[in-house]
Amino acid sequence: MTSTTDPELTPSSGHDDDVAGGEAPAHHDLTPPKVRPWWLHPKALIGAGIAIVVLAVLWRFGGGDVRFSTDSRPAPGSTFDWSYFWALVPDMLRGLAVTVQATLAGFALAAVLGLVLAIARRSTIKVISWPVAGFIEFVRSTPLLIQLFFLYYVLPGWGFTMEALVTLILGLGIHYATYASEAYRAGIDSVPKGQWEATTALNLGPITTWSSVIIPQAIPNVLPALGNNLIAAFKDAPLGASIQVTGILAFATAAAGRSFDAGVEPYTLIGIGFLMVSIPSAFAVRRLEKRLAYERTN
Amino acid sequence: MDVALPSFYYERLFEGMLVTLQVLLYAFLIGVALSIILGVARLSSSKTARTLSLIWIEFTRGISSIVLLFWMAYALPILLGIRQPSLLLMGSIALGLNMGGYGGEIVRGAIQSVPKGQTEASIALNLSEFQRLRYVVLPQSLRVILPPMGNLTIEILKGTALVSLISLSDLAFEGTKLRTSGRLNPDAPSAAMLFLNILLIYFVLSQIISGLYRLAEWRVNRRFEGARTEVELPDATTTTAGAG
Repeated sequence: MTSTTDPELTPSSGHDDDVAGGEAPAHHDLTPPKVRPWWLHPKALIGAGIAIVVLAVLWRFGGGDVRFSTDSRPAPGSTFDWSYFWALVPDMLRGLAVTVQATLAGFALAAVLGLVLAIARRSTIKVISWPVAGFIEFVRSTPLLIQLFFLYYVLPGWGFTMEALVTLILGLGIHYATYASEAYRAGIDSVPKGQWEATTALNLGPITTWSSVIIPQAIPNVLPALGNNLIAAFKDAPLGASIQVTGILAFATAAAGRSFDAGVEPYTLIGIGFLMVSIPSAFAVRRLEKRLAYERTN
Repeated sequence: MDVALPSFYYERLFEGMLVTLQVLLYAFLIGVALSIILGVARLSSSKTARTLSLIWIEFTRGISSIVLLFWMAYALPILLGIRQPSLLLMGSIALGLNMGGYGGEIVRGAIQSVPKGQTEASIALNLSEFQRLRYVVLPQSLRVILPPMGNLTIEILKGTALVSLISLSDLAFEGTKLRTSGRLNPDAPSAAMLFLNILLIYFVLSQIISGLYRLAEWRVNRRFEGARTEVELPDATTTTAGAG
């Protein structure tokens, strides 16, 4: 949150949009440079734009009700039939799109809910903070699979009937919200105590304190941890197959079920499909981590 | 609302829990062994060992444990020509491989956190590379390894629920079976109560695991602090003789 890291403010030949009034910069200009809020930074805007486009494309092509069209079977007697393997690729991508869509939607929910949980857990009112702490501990230490079963089989009985995909999104969202809340907690703790004291000194209310002082400073520290949680959520998203979400694992099970001994190609294919998404994402998160560490030390 | 289930439900769930614990034990043993091997190999002086362990770790961390599980259970036996694979073994290996990938990084970080002087001192004392690891570096890194390893073990406990999807009759599998059979019986407890009980069993198990880890941490820390005070005592001759 310092101006020194902003490349827009470094002197260059065609400069001066950022300097107030367009005056020639004096040597001892003491007016503070205009610093944009982090969410108005071009990089953030471009990132958000890409995310929206990707989401829109996923929404369009990875609708909740995918039908797998390939009906090919492996040549009998072969252990690994390459033509069958390639014939499965389009369906795999369709299944992968559903899984990625569930991951992103679930994670968006987790990112918001996690922040709420983190703030609630820090609350000085024990009636709020204790149940929230208990909830986080409970959800974190029980398997997502059973939580999905709970949502899928129990909620309809209580009058909430949902599509399988929505159940998966909700399950992933709640499960990873507890992980995200731990990440947020660490990020909030990393904000120097002086910032809190300053908000008290300036007589800021709790909403202003959180929204314009604490959260903007905590978020950059939290991003790598959230990125890791996103990848972890992606790895758990195939669990949707157990509640009839037509994702990547459901595709493989369906393909494998078409004939005896046909499991090799589809399961190998989804393994490769997974690695193709998760290894680049892990690499990107590590880059982000290094970059933030670099910016913090400068 | 009555939270307790009929007693024969608990008998079935208990049998499932035994399978869950069995898978957890095997996966844990494989995972710990792999963690140490990979963590040490990542810091090896041989470039081949470093590269291979890095690829291995990235692979097992990048692939989802559930995809790995299905691949190990349904694809690998065909590729290897095994007709009747032991699903329990395959499931445990898949989870163990997954744990090894994460654990390897924990061990690597912990070894790096041991002060360099310790390695230099053991070289000066003419210890072999194995002795250096076994008696100097790994015991000291244990303090750093234990807390994240506890979390990882709980993750693997949660991961054992996945083996129900390859039809191993673990806790999660018994639960779904009980739900299906209960649907025909109007007196059966509701699905909400059933799954709540299963969630509670998993919760208790994970609390026990984290308790065990805390105990281990306490013992390791006590040993370390004990050793340090012995050195600092003024009349060191009497106390060190007892501690041997």
